[in-house]
Amino acid sequence: MNSDDTMAEVQRKPWLKPSITPLRSGFLNKSGAARHMIWRDNIDGVPVKKLLEEFKSPLFVISEQTLRKNSDSIREAFRRRYPDVLFGWSYKTNYLGAVCNVLHQEGDLAEVVSVFEYEKARRLGVPGDCILFNGPNKSREILERAVNEGAHIHIDHLDELYLLEDIARSMERVVDVAIRLNFDTGYTEPWSRFGFSVESGQALDAAWRIASSDNLNLVGLHAHIGTFVMEPLAYKAEVKIMCEFMEEVEKKTGCIIKYIDVGGGFASMNSLQGIYLPPEQVIPSIDQYAEAICDTLLQFTHDRESRDCSRPTLILETGRAVVDDAEVLISSVVANKHLPDGRRAVILDAGVNDLFTAFWYNHDVSPSRQLWGRPEETVLYGPLCMNIDVMRHSVMLPPLNVGDTLIFSPVGAYNNTQWLQFIEYRPNIVLIDEEGEVSLIRAAEDLDVVTQQERLPQHLEKPYPKGVPRNFLESTK
Amino acid sequence: MELPEKTDSSDNETFPPLISLQRLAISENGFVFDPVSGHNFTVNETGLVILRMLQKDNQLAPLLDNLMCEYDAPRRELERDVVEFAGLLRDYVGE
Ligand SMILES: Cc1ncc(COP(=O)(O)O)c(C=O)c1O
Repeated sequence: MNSDDTMAEVQRKPWLKPSITPLRSGFLNKSGAARHMIWRDNIDGVPVKKLLEEFKSPLFVISEQTLRKNSDSIREAFRRRYPDVLFGWSYKTNYLGAVCNVLHQEGDLAEVVSVFEYEKARRLGVPGDCILFNGPNKSREILERAVNEGAHIHIDHLDELYLLEDIARSMERVVDVAIRLNFDTGYTEPWSRFGFSVESGQALDAAWRIASSDNLNLVGLHAHIGTFVMEPLAYKAEVKIMCEFMEEVEKKTGCIIKYIDVGGGFASMNSLQGIYLPPEQVIPSIDQYAEAICDTLLQFTHDRESRDCSRPTLILETGRAVVDDAEVLISSVVANKHLPDGRRAVILDAGVNDLFTAFWYNHDVSPSRQLWGRPEETVLYGPLCMNIDVMRHSVMLPPLNVGDTLIFSPVGAYNNTQWLQFIEYRPNIVLIDEEGEVSLIRAAEDLDVVTQQERLPQHLEKPYPKGVPRNFLESTK
Repeated sequence: MELPEKTDSSDNETFPPLISLQRLAISENGFVFDPVSGHNFTVNETGLVILRMLQKDNQLAPLLDNLMCEYDAPRRELERDVVEFAGLLRDYVGE
């Protein structure tokens, strides 16, 4: 016997969880036993293992490089096609300070819809006149501040119009304003609860009202036709309707429209539940959106110059298409289970409390190491005590061990804003900068953070003022 | 409090009866057919090793001893995975 043989005898094989897969008709193809499972062991060159050692699991990781690259390529797609374009960063999509400032550094204005978002933008150092102020809930107080600071107010309804006029009058100012429009593009469900309806004539009424005011001046039109809009033609229709309205309102009221803000809504490379084709096949490219918008805008504004009035500035409030694929969520396996119907289930340390968008997306899930073994239909659950806490209803995965990590992507849009403090603490968020340096940009919550706003009335300061309940494990005989 | 003596988990309840296991038709690449229940299923590499061992002896403790010799994993982990595997096996293999 040579020494190699002896070695082979002593060396024990790595353990792989034993698995059983029922053979159902139509199941074999789907399971694709030999399907190559892609894994991802680093984010922008930083090993996943190292990230988790330092910042714990679960962990959100943002790539500054991807964020800047996305912002740049979207900006370029529009600048190539229309001479005067600006972007407003939609705070609600992701209002982490670090994310907002990356995008402000790239040249974005701030698009805000509440007192909180307004104050956040101002605290980050955004000047008032770089703020686009949307939203249906603007109090007198915040409107006064917005007027004083020169923010661009987009009026949502008549009550806001009258309130703003009153504020402007009492300040003896003439305030430039925009109105939000709603209309049917024929492609998307009209978001008719926001703004003034073009079809019903409300929008023209509002414009007339502004024109007749000594303190308001209509300079802009705003609309937002929906979110995750997968049809570029919807934007063609939007721009056409807005341009026709611009012509009409200028002719009838004598105002001059300086900007058209078409809102956001471009889809990101994510899989909506219920759509079975991969996103690469159904999501339009940014160029397709840009072409639909800019070509239509050029077409409907070409004769403005001959009338000695300039083309309006085009403003976009693109949210998810900028930030979604710049962030991932790393989550670890807590336990394996088999459901009574035989399906494999995995419990993770992150659930819908962290990944709110799991309610409507089938996020991509990649392991952080090469997984061996036959992929099986698997349900991924979060840690909450709720049936609805499902991260993926069905995903083909080889067996996983406790402690293995899965990477969910893209998760940059609407998670770090809509997530819930429910049952669990929310985890750390880190940013990897363009040099590969990792910074904590939002610390994980702890008991102090979560209970900071609570107050206990004096009579409720103690849980058991009359003594603790009896030990129920001791017999009572 | 006096704890009852822990029963050895290698009692006959963990796995299907030996005669049921022995009648399974198992192919080299892990296809398994139970002629009595009519069930078809596939097992992975490790599942195949375990099934083959079980056809000789369906007791948990000796099975784990054997697996310990072959695989590099703590006994606790082997036991956990084997017990789960056994639970599934009971569903697929008839009495
Ligand atoms: C007024 C407004 N602008 C911009 C956005 C951003 O939309 P998206 O993330 O779909 O681009 C929204 C989202 O709902 C919005 O309501």
